[in-house]
Amino acid sequence: MKIRAKSHLKISTQTQQKIAFTFLGIASILVIVPVIVIFVILIQKGLPAINWQFLTAMPRMGMRAGGIFPAIMGTLYLVSGTIVVALPLGVLAAIYLVEYARQNFLTRMIEVAIVNLAGVPSVVYGLFGMGLFVIYLKLGVSIIAGALTLAIMILPVIITSSKEALQSVPRSFREASLALGVSKWQTICCVVLPNALPGILTGTILGISRAAGETAPILFTVAAFYLPRLPKSIFDQCMALPYHLYVLSTQVPNVNPKIQYGTALVLVGIVFLLNLVAIIVRSHIRSKKQW
Amino acid sequence: MEFFIEKAILLNGFACILFVILIFFFLAKDGLALFKFVTIQDFLFGTLWNPLAEPPQFGILPLFLGSLIVTLGATIISVPLGMACAIFIGEIAPRWMRETLKAGVELLAAIPSIVIGFIGMTMLGPVVKNLFHLPTGLTALTGALALAFMAIPTIVSIMEDAISSVPRIYKEGSLALGATHWQTIYRVIIPAASSGIVAAVMLGIGRVIGETMAVMMLTGNASVIPKTILAPVRTMTATIAAEMGETVRGSEHYFALFALGLVLFVITFFINLVADAALHRKQK
Repeated sequence: MKIRAKSHLKISTQTQQKIAFTFLGIASILVIVPVIVIFVILIQKGLPAINWQFLTAMPRMGMRAGGIFPAIMGTLYLVSGTIVVALPLGVLAAIYLVEYARQNFLTRMIEVAIVNLAGVPSVVYGLFGMGLFVIYLKLGVSIIAGALTLAIMILPVIITSSKEALQSVPRSFREASLALGVSKWQTICCVVLPNALPGILTGTILGISRAAGETAPILFTVAAFYLPRLPKSIFDQCMALPYHLYVLSTQVPNVNPKIQYGTALVLVGIVFLLNLVAIIVRSHIRSKKQW
Repeated sequence: MEFFIEKAILLNGFACILFVILIFFFLAKDGLALFKFVTIQDFLFGTLWNPLAEPPQFGILPLFLGSLIVTLGATIISVPLGMACAIFIGEIAPRWMRETLKAGVELLAAIPSIVIGFIGMTMLGPVVKNLFHLPTGLTALTGALALAFMAIPTIVSIMEDAISSVPRIYKEGSLALGATHWQTIYRVIIPAASSGIVAAVMLGIGRVIGETMAVMMLTGNASVIPKTILAPVRTMTATIAAEMGETVRGSEHYFALFALGLVLFVITFFINLVADAALHRKQK
């Protein structure tokens, strides 16, 4: 009896493996299916709405007609502002961590802080941005307040990927440069940074795509419900694509679904395009890297 | 010149610590002001959240339970799926499939939460409504389903890292002893990667708790203590996002929302600490 059970088990290990692998494969497909479904739905229902006029006209009739031009421009302004702030801050912080910091308690604290910044809920960033930039620094509900909030939010993304990029530059590059009598900072900015640039770029693009898609941080810091004109300065409010989609789908009754899906498609299109560029840049580096 | 640049770099290094402190400070500054009006017990354990009542009620228990039920639901769905996907990508899939799956998971991570909320509202909501014969399709379950797919990319990428960083010799040793590939995976590789797996689950949970827009659009926004997962609920994040626009600066309601933000910040802070500790232990 015992022997039979054992031999039964032995035969079935291969079958067990087949069953297990099949389930794992099915689960993986389940994970990918929603991406495809969302894509198909958005393209099918959103594409008919998109034309030149939709992209370049102001919204009309309480946003039930017309285009989404100010929302697109608003998102572009916000994203550019975010990058101007976050990129230098993030890259310099990464340089500090990789090139200067010693392995001590303070460095560990910085790493913990980065991990925690990455985990702060987006709506909490919104509260914080409102408290610090809008009210305390009296910037008001403005593009600059929103961009600063988004910049702090994407800082961990930029730091982490810049760190990886810097670390992947071989030690021998630095040593060769230092041996030629070049100073440490010159080595970093003329030897290390150029070699790490594609990796930094990838992280930056991913950060941008995150900033472009977030709604909660801009709710109370920049987003205008309905503003059918372009912002006059960085201290002006503006519309933004994600918030516009939120408004269209929950706050305004009787919106033509075509406009909603069109807006969603434009937003997803921008974000996906950015991600695609990042993925291509990254695989390009991987294939070209010789060290 | 170089001296100043290096000092500037040093300052930048500490910027992250500064930001975490600033976030905490600005949440605490306005959040703690609430307790001039409401006791801490009433705030944490009060069963009624009704800022418009007279006198206003600021009990966060229904909101906390709302967040909890959605998070639990999403975790139950996303952890097994994410783990299966990570194992499949890391161990089983042939190269071309691995690259495709990874790109797919990255694209899933890239979809903005507002778009998930929108698609969930128009597509998933009606399905849930008809499936369970409910008066509304916007329930805790709907939110949990959508959030599960937002947590999966985090879970998959960190678990996959953990699995692929298990030393090759472990695997080869097990295979050489005659174990099948599957036995090796669940007896050797998964235990060896366990701290990374814990970190992945924690970070996934952190992502779900903090998620705002999709949850606000999908869970029906009823601030009552949920009895089943098929009832509408309201989470802490959604409450802040939905009500902040209507409050008067400096009112009790305003302070209460900051206090809620503070609670959220503290919760995610500890989740991240635990996840980081798990990841760090692995490296030693």
